[in-house]
Amino acid sequence: MEKKKHKGSVVERKKEVLSSLENLGLSIYEQIDGGQFPSITMPSRSTENINYDPQLRQFILGDRRVKRSARNIRHLKPFAQLVWAALFSNELSSQRKTSTLRDVYYSAQAYEMTFKDQQESNNIITDLETVLGFSREDFNIFPEERSAVFGDLTIEYTVPGYEGKTMDLTSHPDGVMIGPALTSAEFVKTKADKVIAIEKGGLFTRFIEENVHRKFNALLVLTAGQAPRATRHFIRRLNEELKLPVYVFTDGDPWGMHIAMVIISGSANAAHLRELNTPDAKWSGVWATDIVNYKLPTDPLDEIDMKRLLELQKDPRYKEDPLWHREIKTFMKIKRKAEQEAFSRYGLTYIVDEYLPAKLEETR
Amino acid sequence: MAQTTFEEISAADFFYRNRDIAGFTNPSRAIFAAIRELVENSLDAAESLKIPPDVYVRLSYEGEASAETQIYKLRVEDNGMGIQPRHIPSAFGQILFGSKYKLKQQRGTFGLGGKMAILYGQITTHQAATITSSTGLAKIYMYKLMIDIQRNRPIILDRKVLINREQWRGTVVEFSLEGDYFRAMPRLLEYFKQTAMVNPYANLTFVDPKGRLYKFTRVTKEMPEPPKETKPHPYGVDVELLQRLIQLTSCKNLLEFLRVHFHRVGDITARKFLEFSNLSPSKNPKRLSHEEIVRLMHNLKKFKDFLPPDASCLSPLGEELLKAGIVKELRPEFVAVHQRKPATYAGHPFVVETGIAYGGEVPRRGSFILYRFANRIPLLYDEASDVSMRVITAMNWRRYKVMPDMPISIVVHICSTKVPYKTVGKEFIADRPEVRKEIANGLREVARQIQHFLSRREHVDRERKRLGVFSKYLPKIAQFSAQLAGKEKPPDIEKLLKSVRQFGEEEA
Repeated sequence: MEKKKHKGSVVERKKEVLSSLENLGLSIYEQIDGGQFPSITMPSRSTENINYDPQLRQFILGDRRVKRSARNIRHLKPFAQLVWAALFSNELSSQRKTSTLRDVYYSAQAYEMTFKDQQESNNIITDLETVLGFSREDFNIFPEERSAVFGDLTIEYTVPGYEGKTMDLTSHPDGVMIGPALTSAEFVKTKADKVIAIEKGGLFTRFIEENVHRKFNALLVLTAGQAPRATRHFIRRLNEELKLPVYVFTDGDPWGMHIAMVIISGSANAAHLRELNTPDAKWSGVWATDIVNYKLPTDPLDEIDMKRLLELQKDPRYKEDPLWHREIKTFMKIKRKAEQEAFSRYGLTYIVDEYLPAKLEETR
Repeated sequence: MAQTTFEEISAADFFYRNRDIAGFTNPSRAIFAAIRELVENSLDAAESLKIPPDVYVRLSYEGEASAETQIYKLRVEDNGMGIQPRHIPSAFGQILFGSKYKLKQQRGTFGLGGKMAILYGQITTHQAATITSSTGLAKIYMYKLMIDIQRNRPIILDRKVLINREQWRGTVVEFSLEGDYFRAMPRLLEYFKQTAMVNPYANLTFVDPKGRLYKFTRVTKEMPEPPKETKPHPYGVDVELLQRLIQLTSCKNLLEFLRVHFHRVGDITARKFLEFSNLSPSKNPKRLSHEEIVRLMHNLKKFKDFLPPDASCLSPLGEELLKAGIVKELRPEFVAVHQRKPATYAGHPFVVETGIAYGGEVPRRGSFILYRFANRIPLLYDEASDVSMRVITAMNWRRYKVMPDMPISIVVHICSTKVPYKTVGKEFIADRPEVRKEIANGLREVARQIQHFLSRREHVDRERKRLGVFSKYLPKIAQFSAQLAGKEKPPDIEKLLKSVRQFGEEEA
């Protein structure tokens, strides 16, 4: 892999983000200056306007647009909050600082802008994402939850104080947190040829201990449950920029199945955003059919699990691939679920020695 | 069986034995009742000359009477019409003598109250009353009187005639009585305040035994039209009245008798009525038998074609004065008043006036404060039993955006030649359907007005809030967007704010 090729993708994106924020400010400034009540239009995020795009293999927003106008008394406060959020993001980005959603809620008070609650400030950030088409991580606003990565990948930091510094992602045995510094880092080089995303921390540690990264020449990503957006975007970059195939391993239940689906096809909540999903990623297990084939110890599916299966059956993201249909049907038939740890009944290394290679082969 | 002895008692004796019914129940009620009766006489005396009343009341401490009661001297002074000297002894020393037996709206009905006060004073202190009066001519007459209770006669102890150099006109009554002022005080002060409210053209002054001065000053010299005397309406007569009229009349036949002695009965109506009751128009009324008189009374009530009584015998306060009175005593932020058209119950005309006061110095009590008046007299007792209270309780105030926790006072004034009191104590109005209906309609009207006021104020509030939102957030939007765009100064938002204001004014 060539070193130069990917350098700059992060910096380029930052520039785009900054100029779009500036343009937003300029457009509002000019409207006011022209004696007009400023307004902003953006795609509607109401459920009727969320459609599944089989081409992009993710949810997208339809043509319906909503207008926020400072003329309308009900829009006025959210409008001011939105402009403030844009200014705040702009300052974060240009000063190369990061913040969290919780931070945003409190920072507003320094500008005499008040949010009723955390939910209100979160909504405004989502509005800003919708208006500009960038995700909040692009505005240096990160969620609290963190996931991790481990493997043969050298990155180069772009965060202040670390610019130009490189790091090998095998250097820490617990993995490296996928935080603001890592998501804003450029990829320098890797010898890995695949990415394995894992739902649970226990198994992630086991894989590192068992040298999965070396045995399978893979980068290991811990999603820690439902993958945060930053992690989803990071996985996509691994797939897109480094051309690495992605395999997702989750628990064998409807919830695990959906963790894989969100990595592949994104979520309805992020329908206003692009580049968070990895359409070519594969769900490699644990499948319902694996539960049968490997005779795994199981728990019964409870009422909520069954309800979830019925919902997923109707979900457009599950319509494409016969694999999903088969697995949903099988779950419904056997009415059982199994965790990734269930393989331990065959010994601690069975999952790495037998199951993993078989599944990687099967889903290649 | 024991022998029962019958004895005739005089009117004075009767009231002496039954002073409860005239309001002299206990030492604190007695003080209240005495002052109230004399003040009302004074107001009537000035109003009948259409002179704005000046009433001065002084209660001074004389000595202890018992553990809980004291002897006080009461002096009530007015600028009223004065009393002819020959009438003074009877007017103050003989029960059931007075000017109030004709039909017109007046505060007192029986001419009893003032004499009861003096009688009460005499019973409790054994002292004479002093009456000084002048009709404004050359002389002032001063009488020192006591009442011979058994014979119901005044006893004149002293009589003086003074030269009226300053052409003074009015009456001063002074006598001692036993009572408990400090328990009467709250109610008494409330009485003065409410009297001032419904007599905004009167000056009321009260000096209490501690020398404290309470002054209620008039805000207008306008006065309501004084009532005219009228004849009784056929629907309102009883056998007693018929018999008295027959005794007095000089009419020689029934047709004339009806025309002359009854309110709103003309030739045609009288003929129709006589036909209806099978009576000959030429019959001499004095020849009617007792049974015929009873039947006549019943027919008078049954006959449908009598015209309703007119209200010229009534003297309602009028909307202007009622409003002035409410504003003067309650100092509200908003007041609405309404006068109903005259109505009748059982042949008695009456007019209901209503008012509603909101905000300002009107206190918030968690329920409305009700002020009740009858013929310009405040009614202070038995509020819960009053028809007005029932109407207020039954009304759907929510419809008018009015909530019980708002600072609201309600005023109901009913005037009539015969106020439908429920009891002799004259404390509350009976629940008669005609009266209830008038009060309800009157209250609905003022409720509509306050609803209008409240929604308008709400609108103004909303508008103010709306402007507040714009002037809070527009500058911020301007400032943030300028910073975002890298401009040095925020854009000018004056134009936008101005258009918001214009928009708001149009709506308001």
